[in-house]
Amino acid sequence: MYDAGKVIIGLVIFFCFFTFAFWYNMGKAAPAPKPKLDTPVIKKMVKKQCIEGTHFMRTTHMQLLNHLRDQALRQGNRWYTNKRGEKVWISLQNTCLKCHSNKKEFCDKCHNYVGVDPYCWDCHFDPNRSKL
Amino acid sequence: MSMDRRKFLKIAGLSALVGLGGSEAFELLQPGALEASEGHEVEGGAKKAHEEGPYAGDKIRWGIAIDIIKLGENPAMAKKIITTCHYEHNVPNWGNPKDEVKWIWEDDYEHSFPDSYNDLMAEKVEGMPFLLLCNHCDRPPCVRVCPTKATFRRPDGVVAMDYHRCIGCRFCMAACPYGSRSFNWLDPRIALKREGRKLNPRFPTRMRGVVEKCNLCVERLDAGKLPACVEVAPDIMIFGNLVDADSPVRKVLRERVSMRRKIQLGSKPSVFYLV
Repeated sequence: MYDAGKVIIGLVIFFCFFTFAFWYNMGKAAPAPKPKLDTPVIKKMVKKQCIEGTHFMRTTHMQLLNHLRDQALRQGNRWYTNKRGEKVWISLQNTCLKCHSNKKEFCDKCHNYVGVDPYCWDCHFDPNRSKL
Repeated sequence: MSMDRRKFLKIAGLSALVGLGGSEAFELLQPGALEASEGHEVEGGAKKAHEEGPYAGDKIRWGIAIDIIKLGENPAMAKKIITTCHYEHNVPNWGNPKDEVKWIWEDDYEHSFPDSYNDLMAEKVEGMPFLLLCNHCDRPPCVRVCPTKATFRRPDGVVAMDYHRCIGCRFCMAACPYGSRSFNWLDPRIALKREGRKLNPRFPTRMRGVVEKCNLCVERLDAGKLPACVEVAPDIMIFGNLVDADSPVRKVLRERVSMRRKIQLGSKPSVFYLV
């Protein structure tokens, strides 16, 4: 190989530069977000539970929200019967956000962590700050 | 490849013939495939209704009768109705006709009923305020042209909008003969913020790039409440089920002379004007 020294040094520099992001951030992993549940409405609840189980809501709320949106809007059926047999009025602003009135500390916490930007908030807004 | 004039003309003529007969061939293989789809979510129900006279086959068909005489006696009510509706649904006021977004608005007789405008009309009629809104047609042309089914006819006759699906193509605006649809050229929140008015926390706003219109307060109907305009002016806006012969709207339509906008277009509007 011609100019082996230069090539190898170049490769080492390239490798270091390329993996810079990995070793620079080593050991500095961002802590998993802890969405807050300390809104006034939730504090008042005797049994602190969402419309479905915590694990189900954590993993499947996006599909559930999409499903409920279509059911309410397109089929005009605004009652959701959950697994516990309770009937829930389907409305993001009037039902979900009534308890989770802390969008910044609840919704945004995880969404920012995983880098998703759901378009819900282009139209729906937090009723507590009804001035935009 | 070389081709003489004679051969070229033969091929061109044959191709033209095939081209002319193309649509018939299509029709033979897949009947009806070329026709634009008419009914959407409620295809069967809607078609049946038209075949067996008005609203037959439907259980609920919401309609509104607007008492123009009473509105004329109390013209301040029109403003009140408009403000209530626009508060209820967070409809922005841009203050200029280019960006205007409206769900319910006022106009005069000439522009409300351009087809039945007469020369030398009674002055009283000419100056009367008419409240205009989405007619929630039985055969809504906007639903027919919507490429994403963002606007659709509910089984109860309400022509609803699903803003999640609207791509802002504005076909529905071109199709609507009543000018009931408005396009959000700008983010409506800019105007709402500028107005500094209180928003209705129970209803969302819209976003830039979607078409919006009166939804006959489906969110209130589904909760068992009356539309906001009817609630604020129950003697001017008479609401009810057009199928039910004993409903308030049918009662008043039996007794009074009524008219609907541009019925000759066949869209079958369900907003009646009592004169």
